[in-house]
Amino acid sequence: MIKVLHAGIYCTVQDLGRIGYAKMGVPQGGALDIFAAKRANLILNQSEAAAVLEITYGQGRFEFTIDTFIALSGGHFSPKLNAIPVEMNKVLSVKKGAVLSFGKRNYGARVYLSVQGGLYSETVLGSKSFYPGLTSAKLAKGDTINLNPTQNILGENRSKLRLDPTHFAASELTCYPGPEYDHLNEVQKERLRQPFTISEDNNRVGYRLNEILANDLQPILTSAVLPGTVQLTPSGKLIILMRDCQVTGGYPRVLQLSDEAVSRMGQKVVGEHVKFCCAEEF
Amino acid sequence: MKRYKLSFKPFGPSALLIEWPEQIDELMIQDVIAFEKVISWEANIADTIIAYNSLTVVFRETYKFEAVVSRFERLYTTKNQGSKQNAVCWQIPVCYDVEFGLDLEELASAKQLSVKALIELHTAPKYLIYFMGFQPGFPYLGGLPEVLHTPRKANPRLRVDKGSVGIGGQQTGIYPQDSSGGWNILGRSPVNFFDVSKLQPCFTKAGDYIQFEAIDKQTFLQIDKQVQKGTYEPKSVKL
Repeated sequence: MIKVLHAGIYCTVQDLGRIGYAKMGVPQGGALDIFAAKRANLILNQSEAAAVLEITYGQGRFEFTIDTFIALSGGHFSPKLNAIPVEMNKVLSVKKGAVLSFGKRNYGARVYLSVQGGLYSETVLGSKSFYPGLTSAKLAKGDTINLNPTQNILGENRSKLRLDPTHFAASELTCYPGPEYDHLNEVQKERLRQPFTISEDNNRVGYRLNEILANDLQPILTSAVLPGTVQLTPSGKLIILMRDCQVTGGYPRVLQLSDEAVSRMGQKVVGEHVKFCCAEEF
Repeated sequence: MKRYKLSFKPFGPSALLIEWPEQIDELMIQDVIAFEKVISWEANIADTIIAYNSLTVVFRETYKFEAVVSRFERLYTTKNQGSKQNAVCWQIPVCYDVEFGLDLEELASAKQLSVKALIELHTAPKYLIYFMGFQPGFPYLGGLPEVLHTPRKANPRLRVDKGSVGIGGQQTGIYPQDSSGGWNILGRSPVNFFDVSKLQPCFTKAGDYIQFEAIDKQTFLQIDKQVQKGTYEPKSVKL
């Protein structure tokens, strides 16, 4: 088991999300930086779909009640086991009673904790991903998280995975013209090619950007939106929808981010800059 | 059945947006719903999302736009018979009591109607479910009598209770979960519109109809008890 000693501001169980329920109005959900979540599992040589903990801003403290192996990937918040700094992207051996904590932020917004066997929690509509109203309450201090039993044997001295750090440093977001991109005029299109700043209004549902595009577009008839859809709101501000977004919306959809760009966004914090880079003519 | 001119647009590298003419139309939505059934058997589809005049197909991976579009165009002209199939009308009990209908009296007086007349107007139509969205189990309903069209509240409530039935603009609907919301609330239904413990969590679907049925507080409490015990089955009639 894992005991939650401190739950931080937003610590949730996540996997790859819910597929096949959108027509009932169910959001896809899943780890915001899905690449980091998968990597944390792959380091432990287990299914990339195993449930992990998504720890926002590295805020949280956890105690392990058994000997096990863990891996951390994603944002770097100076992780420590029993107050001793440990490396990211590496198999870590933990002993019963060990406490995982975090410190100073080096980069990123969310760190993923994968535990050998994967987290065991309720499966709702094919996924363990937390979503308000669908799954049980958010993790809180004093909660315990069960682990799946495993026969998988891991060595301790596995080499560390080397990662290209651009995922965290780069501001470029690969994107495609959205369904209403052609409704924009040349001035608006030109503005879209300039950098934008992330506002403090950012979470698993969406990231609002600060800058304003002069906007005279009419709302559209409510239609589908997807994680990575960039909506232009009546105020002229852009919202980048993230994995917990609704399935439909009424604002013009001007851009669509690649899946990798959604994961990159999920590691951005307020004040950071992003730049849309269209994969096609744009 | 009428055939519409469809337009196909890529929606990122792994989704396809199919659009019908820009209108809210009872006949046209049947065509959208029927076509969703046709293409839902195709390979590699992760999700489909129906809306007023669109069908979005999310594939499990990237797809070849031209090839898929020409296949879907062929399916639309050959397979989409669009006959209205097995439509049912769900009888949804609603308690229009001021305890639940927070805006009931205010709305009635704004419309210069008695509360009774307001309830009669609201319970008369069979509302068509155009599609599900906004929240798990939230039906977008069409057919609200024009006299009941009411702008959303200027200050949305931070909490609207699950089951609340309200009016926002030209729409009426039910909040399937506790949420914030700006609709004018007329009453509450004890029915659970999204039950994750069920194999089929959502009993309503696009193309079905909903008719509200006024119940008193005592009946509300009885049904609520059955819902809690899991013995309540929503009632429907075939159309």
